[in-house]
Amino acid sequence: MEAPIVVIRDLSKIYRQGEVQVTALNRVSLQISAGEFVVLMGPSGSGKSTLLHIIAGIDRASSGEVRVQGINVANLDESQLADWRNQNVGFVFQSFNLIPVLTAHENVELPLLLTALGRRERRQQVDLALNLVGLGDRGHHRPDQMSGGQQQRVAIARALVTDPALIVADEPTGNLDARSAHDVLGILQSLSRDAGKTVLMVTHDPKAAVFGTRELHLEKGELARDLVQE
Amino acid sequence: MALPLRYNFRNVVVRWRTTLFTVLGVAAVVAVFVLLRALARGIESTSGNTGDPRNILVVRKGSQAESGSLVTRTQFRTLQYFDEIARNERGEAVVSAELVMIVSAPRRGGAGEANTLLRGVTPRGMELRPQVTLVEGRWFQPGHREVVVSRRLSGRFEGFEIGGTLKAGPDHLKVVGIFDGQGSAFDSEAWMDADEARSIFDREQYSSVLLRPRDSAAAQAIILRLEQDKRLGLRGESETLYYSKQTMTAAPFRILGGILGVAMSVGAVFAAMNTMYASVAARTREVGTLRVLGFSQSSVVMSFMMEGTLVALMGGIVGCGLALALSVYVQARGVYFGTMDFQSFAETLFQFRVTPDLVGLGLLFSIGIGLVGSLLPALRASRLPVIAALKSV
Repeated sequence: MEAPIVVIRDLSKIYRQGEVQVTALNRVSLQISAGEFVVLMGPSGSGKSTLLHIIAGIDRASSGEVRVQGINVANLDESQLADWRNQNVGFVFQSFNLIPVLTAHENVELPLLLTALGRRERRQQVDLALNLVGLGDRGHHRPDQMSGGQQQRVAIARALVTDPALIVADEPTGNLDARSAHDVLGILQSLSRDAGKTVLMVTHDPKAAVFGTRELHLEKGELARDLVQE
Repeated sequence: MALPLRYNFRNVVVRWRTTLFTVLGVAAVVAVFVLLRALARGIESTSGNTGDPRNILVVRKGSQAESGSLVTRTQFRTLQYFDEIARNERGEAVVSAELVMIVSAPRRGGAGEANTLLRGVTPRGMELRPQVTLVEGRWFQPGHREVVVSRRLSGRFEGFEIGGTLKAGPDHLKVVGIFDGQGSAFDSEAWMDADEARSIFDREQYSSVLLRPRDSAAAQAIILRLEQDKRLGLRGESETLYYSKQTMTAAPFRILGGILGVAMSVGAVFAAMNTMYASVAARTREVGTLRVLGFSQSSVVMSFMMEGTLVALMGGIVGCGLALALSVYVQARGVYFGTMDFQSFAETLFQFRVTPDLVGLGLLFSIGIGLVGSLLPALRASRLPVIAALKSV
């Protein structure tokens, strides 16, 4: 068993809207090891996206502890958190979230602009990432000149271009046809299995879940089942 | 590292309709701002282009302008024998006592009457002003009620052509020549003999005395001597310095430029703000994505401010281009503008001049509009909650 990359203890998230309190996560504790492909499932409102956001450092817990690679994410201020995300987490979204006015190459390069890499090194990294997702020849195309599946592959290239330890994907196949979805899941699986990346994916789709090595089921903000795939 | 400029540039191009309206709005504001400044600059340039640095103009102590000055014949005689004054090849002191009067004349095209300056000069006075050259006809002959007028005035007033007449006091003067003042204040004058002018207007005194010292040390000596001689009651200063101070006429244009500039820039700032708010609203998810990728709030602020400034700068370039084109057109057509000189109450003629520093000022002005107009939208973009922004459609 690999050392845990994510350690969560008694994590709670409560949203307050005036007098009303909504508990999105209720004292969740779990560990995720390096190289695992964890699939977060559960009905709408079960807290799976909230959990993903807190682990990825784009939301904050109301209580409890989240450590990623030994770092207590709650202790980082906004600026530190932005740097930390850039260096440690790659993001893949359901709607791809590419910048429409930039080419595929420029989109993938965006996270690298925050690093100390020079122009030539950035170009090499971007080419490597685009080749990994099979789009080495589409670097100069803008998102509106590509299919949904290709756009999501560009988004995966952007997520892995900084070589982060953790890749989080929020419904990455939600807007894709079956064939493209299969391709995207295959890439994520390969990143976990062959490149040793830890992948955390939220999905509603049971077919997508089979690509993972572990399934976590959330219900009403609590961890209901934790299944390791055979 | 900040977001790349191409990101802003392409967004500006993609939203070309809203960009175009903002660019045109800012362009109009910058063009008016630059043109008003150019009018003031034209007047200043006319004054600054007048006179010879070797000459000294003497007026009554306390007078700011020739038109309000009186120099008696006794004072002139005293001055005439100053040793420091240069002599010409005939051994005459290079000094000219002159009279400046205002005459009213009808504008061409029936556009009412306007005041113009009539200067009584001596032959020495003409020697002292080599920048004034006769271009048509001949110089006036003393005692014959003759006058020469500038080419600019000739084009502006009825009867100011050769053979025409000009009403001066109870008399009529015949125009016998046209001169060119090379863009100086003399281009707004008509010249006749000084003593004849005194006789027509029944004036005992002159208005001023123009003289040429032997050298710069003599010039300083004359200025000092006049300053210290309480009985003479005169003061002297370099002719060029005197004219460069006569820029009060430009003040209304500067003030109007300032007021209009502020008023119109408020409108332009709101136009830029509106464009940028629309841009932020349309790109909420993009902003969320950039924040998730690690771009800080300050990067987002910088990026949107850069974009707003880029749009405004485009407007500034168009506005300066318009002002420049108008300036070139006006100069090519030889169009002159006239305004009241508040010291002499006569009309001053000038051309507006869009100079490189005015273009620079116009561009800076547009950058200012962009920065102020995009600040609040940029701050709003940077403060968008990341998760809500990501979920935005």
